[in-house]
Order: sequence, then C-alpha cells, then structure tokens
Amino acid sequence: MNIVDLEHEFMKRIKADQKIEPKDWMPEKYRQTLIRQIAQHAHSEIVGMLPEANYISRAPTLRRKAALLAKIQDEAGHGLYLYCAAETLGVDRDTLLDELHSGKAKYSSIFNYPTLTWADMGAIGWLVDGAAILNQVPLCKCSFGPYARAMVRVCKEESFHQRQGYEILLTLCNGSEEQKKMAQDAVNRWWWPSMMMFGPSDENSKHSAYSMETGIKKFSNDELRQRFVDQTKPQADILGVTLPDKDLKFDESSGHWKYGEIDWEEFNNVIQGNGPCNKIRLKHRREAWEKGAWVRDAASAYAAKKALKNSESKQVA
Amino acid sequence: MDKKSWPLWEVFIRSKHGLNHKHVGSLHAADAQMAIENSRDVYTRRMEGISIWVVESKNITASDPNQQEAMFEPAVDKIYRHPTFYNLPDELEHM
Ligand SMILES: [Fe+2]
Ligand SMILES: [Fe+2]
Repeated sequence: MNIVDLEHEFMKRIKADQKIEPKDWMPEKYRQTLIRQIAQHAHSEIVGMLPEANYISRAPTLRRKAALLAKIQDEAGHGLYLYCAAETLGVDRDTLLDELHSGKAKYSSIFNYPTLTWADMGAIGWLVDGAAILNQVPLCKCSFGPYARAMVRVCKEESFHQRQGYEILLTLCNGSEEQKKMAQDAVNRWWWPSMMMFGPSDENSKHSAYSMETGIKKFSNDELRQRFVDQTKPQADILGVTLPDKDLKFDESSGHWKYGEIDWEEFNNVIQGNGPCNKIRLKHRREAWEKGAWVRDAASAYAAKKALKNSESKQVA
Repeated sequence: MDKKSWPLWEVFIRSKHGLNHKHVGSLHAADAQMAIENSRDVYTRRMEGISIWVVESKNITASDPNQQEAMFEPAVDKIYRHPTFYNLPDELEHM
C-alpha cells in the first residue's frame, strides 16, 4: 500500500472508532503528537508530586498524612503508566526523562506555583485534580489504545484525590475564622492557574485541530474549561468560599456560568519557564534522579551477577 | 554502568475472584524479583490482585497486525459455533 492509501485506511479506522495499537501503521504526525502529549502528561504527574511532597511532614493529623502519602504515590504510578504508554511509540524512557531534566520538555504550568499553607493541599485536590479529571475522562476513549487504557486506570484512582482535597477545605471552612481565611486564600491563589490547566483558548490552540481530527482529543479546551466552571461553582457555594472572578455570573440563556478574562500573559510566562517555581521544581527533579543513580546501578549490577551465577550453575549441571 | 539496562516487563494479575491472570501494564526492572515487587506497589495498591506474573516483554511473540484479517476473519461466518444458532422450542428449559 502506498502512503495515501495507508493514511486513508488509518482515517477510516479512526472514524469507525477503532483503537490504533502500537504496531499498527500510523502517520508520523500522529505518532509525534502522541509522544509529545503523553510525555508531557507523564512529566506533569511526577512533577506534580513535588508541591504536595512539602506537606507530608506537615500534615495536621495521621489520617491526613496517610491520605496525602497515598495520593502522591498514586501520582507516581500515573507517571509510570504514561511513560509506558509513550514507550510503546518507540521512544525510551531515559530520553524522555533527559528532556524533562534539561528543560526541553514541558509539563503542566500548574505545578510551577508554590504551596504556601496546608489549605493548598485542599485546593490542589479539589481544583487541580478536579480539572485534571475533566481533561482525563475523555482520554479514556482516545484513539490510541495504550493511552486510553492508561487513562482508565488513572481515572479510577483520581476520584479519591479530589474528594480528599475537598474534605480538607470543608474542614477548614467549618473551623475558626483564621482557618476559613486560609481556605479562601488558597482558593484565591489556585483558581486561575487551575482554569489555565485546560490550555490556550480554542482560537489560539495550535495542536487542537489535528488532535480532534485523529480522535486523540474529544472536546476542545474551552468546552472542558466551561464544564469545570459549571461544576465547580456550586461546590464552592457548599464550602462557603468565593471564586476570585468578579465577572462570574450565571447566564440564563445558555445555562452556563460566564467567567472573566484569563491572564494569558501569565500563562505564557509560566510555560516559558518564568513561573514562581519552575527552577526549583526542575532542580528537585534533577537531584532526585542524580541521587538515585547509585541505586539504579546497584540493582543492575546485582541482576547481572545473579544472571551470571545462574548460567554458571546450569553449565555445571 | 549503562543507564538503559533495565529491561521492560509485562505484568499480569489474578484478582481474588479466581479469574485468569490479566495483563495490566508494564514496568522496567533490573530483574524478575524486582519486577514482581514493583508490580505489587504499582498495580495492587487497592486489593486488585492475589497473584502476579511478570514476563520480560522481549519474550512475547505477538500476532502480526497486518495479518489480522487472515487470522481472525475465518471465525466470523462460523456462527454455528454459538449456542444461539440452534432453533429450539421456547418451552425447552435449561439448555
Ligand atoms: Fe494523576
Ligand atoms: Fe491526582
């Protein structure tokens, strides 16, 4: 088959909602788009562990600490599922990690904001994981099999993340004046960065059209963002916190909450590497990787030695 | 030491309901023992399983996706292999 026929067959399968598997023929652009997106997603999972890791030793109770630890461990697992999915496309994991550590690869801009108080653990679970869930649920049906399957596992695990965060805020909101203030302050700081997690607005999203066409993406950035606002506003009311958007108001005719202008300059700045925590996040990632080198080397040496012993004893017998 | 030396393993888990081991994903590990231990940490944190198999990915032979039609099409028209193919009276129970 020539390339035109192959492309035609490929699009036919996409339209028929059939999954594309790693060994199937696929256009180079599809492969590259997926590698970029899955790698970015994987990086986001493991960089996302860092802002919360700060609070493992500062959790107010053992119950909160156990839950936070479990959540962060889940995020490590999410990273692993995603790196494995990316690897099925022919890149190896060390290359992907090198690209993260050199600053070449991107990850979600949200993790470049600082976590200043315990209430931030609540706001992250509620808003950041909440936004992540909205992005991830449609990916369970994405056209690339390994990515879709990884997302099914991820989504199963995410729901507790959001609920534990919301419970943290609920407790603070039912507490003292000071605790309520703490909760409101965290929501004020995390609201807009969470809104930015859905990416540039539709008219400025350069990768969206191709991803929609090939079934990687099912909903546009703005559609998902709208869903997020509609879902979050009533949840904020239950907590008794306000969302820091003076333009937020319910639109009777569309049935949606209309929201104010997003500061895209800030978004682009953080993406370019100039957010408040870009440098420290990468520094911690690099340190973790370098300090773990001896463990990786030792495990390899041990495995090699055992394999050698095994083959020797087989020769004797 | 070559940092690319950890092979890839495919992980299979049997749930406590006693069904077949089912493929759940993959991971890198230096050896089989480590692959089992890491599988436990990654894939059974919520009581998903009571038994784990790992096999090095390179040892798996897969059918050729280009041969999909030749491989699987012949089964399509053999509907007489399914119980519903047979016309039996409604009053017949438990068969
Ligand atoms: Fe996650
Ligand atoms: Fe999460």
